[in-house]
Amino acid sequence: MAKPQLVCPAGSLAALKAAVDNGADDVYLGFRNDTNARNFAGLNFDDKSLAEGVRYAHQRGRKVLAAINTYAQAGRFADWTRSVDTAANLGIDVVIIADPGVLDYAAQTYPDMRRHLSVQASATSYEAVNFCREKFGIQRAVLPRVLTLAQVENVIRHTEVEIEVFGFGSLCVMNEGRCWLSSYATGESPNTVGACSPAKYVQWEKKPDEMDVRLNGILIDRYGNEENAGYPTICKGRFEVAGETYYAMEEPTSLNVIEMLPEIIRIGVAAIKVEGRQRSPTYVAQVTRNLRQALDAAFASPDSYKVKPVWAAELSKVAEGSQITLGAYNRPWR
Amino acid sequence: MANPLKLPTIPPFVLPSLVARLGARLPQWPHSVNLALALNAAKKLGVLPEDSLQELEGRYFRVTVLDTGMVAEFCYRGGSFRPVFVSPGQPDLHFTARLSAFLQMVSRQEDPDTLFFNRSLSIEGDTELGLRVKNMLDALEWPQLAWQGLRPTFLGRG
Repeated sequence: MAKPQLVCPAGSLAALKAAVDNGADDVYLGFRNDTNARNFAGLNFDDKSLAEGVRYAHQRGRKVLAAINTYAQAGRFADWTRSVDTAANLGIDVVIIADPGVLDYAAQTYPDMRRHLSVQASATSYEAVNFCREKFGIQRAVLPRVLTLAQVENVIRHTEVEIEVFGFGSLCVMNEGRCWLSSYATGESPNTVGACSPAKYVQWEKKPDEMDVRLNGILIDRYGNEENAGYPTICKGRFEVAGETYYAMEEPTSLNVIEMLPEIIRIGVAAIKVEGRQRSPTYVAQVTRNLRQALDAAFASPDSYKVKPVWAAELSKVAEGSQITLGAYNRPWR
Repeated sequence: MANPLKLPTIPPFVLPSLVARLGARLPQWPHSVNLALALNAAKKLGVLPEDSLQELEGRYFRVTVLDTGMVAEFCYRGGSFRPVFVSPGQPDLHFTARLSAFLQMVSRQEDPDTLFFNRSLSIEGDTELGLRVKNMLDALEWPQLAWQGLRPTFLGRG
């Protein structure tokens, strides 16, 4: 049984260094364009910071993964192939791709560069994963955060493709990689422009006793002055349904698997991913450091493994809505 | 990395309300001048990315420190930060927090999203501009020289 790789996010060179310095095995990042699903103002890497980041990681024996994981838009396929070319030219170790056309391009043009199937491809079954192995030679697939642990195990048993799962970070509503709610409100979504709830449509409005947040005019939530806020996405808003106002789709909460790490290792997960390329180097450092310690402890002695309160406290603090959950991994229903 | 300033851990604190009451009565222009000077110094050191700075051109900012009663206003025009002495109206972006939250954010002890989620930091105005400024601050890599200049000031030469 191998120890799962710890795959951590970086939205800037400072975050990449924070990930490497705090024990990430792999760091994933995106370019400054809409070929990645965190295409936010001022975030991500230009060529200069990329070259420096790759050098920093490689000198320390870590790998750099480039997320080129949005879907190529009509008439602009070359923008996506150019990102794959950039990754190859800069010596990036792995490309994380969702679009079958882009996957095919990468497989044909750079057969020796590792290809991972992005979570945005929404492959939840071993048939889907094996199909991508057969057609595009993927070495790893990132599973959407919608499967129970038993279902993840079932996928692992039926494929030779390495399986990566999410270990920490903001959750996506139960339709990962499809993102219709953002499209409905704004006409833009992660798969098309690289951002869910693009900032230009978001309006935070502070009033004396409350704060309203709207997406393109649609009221998503209204927070009291002492209440924790969350990301301005429709799936995590509170809505009136049949006379009651509540989180009708998903609560603003973060996934945190530290308590089930021994199980994740036992079923043969190859890598554990931390969400949050949009977060600061401080977040990356805090999450990476605590997960590194927890993962090492769980691997060394799975039977006597216990979650240290300090890990749990530090991870809860940086969680969205300051709440954590095991998400779908332990949902009783299928 | 989590605390590159090597500052002592900054606890969440609130200054006595008298400080804010007094502070609010004092002239605010020195704060605006100081902040604009500091930002221009950072720009000169090359720690602020040029492409993000260009996006700030013509925008007007306000920073309010709740428990000191301090308000600083500045804009970015013609390639440099300039203090604003007479408010031309609503700022494009307005950061509001207590002193401890600002210090925790600057020293990278706390993540700005965390401070925003738990309502310690308020960001009002143009959301995209706010995101750009936040990402710009997150991406900063202070040269060692700058830290050495800053540390005695923060630590009271202690």
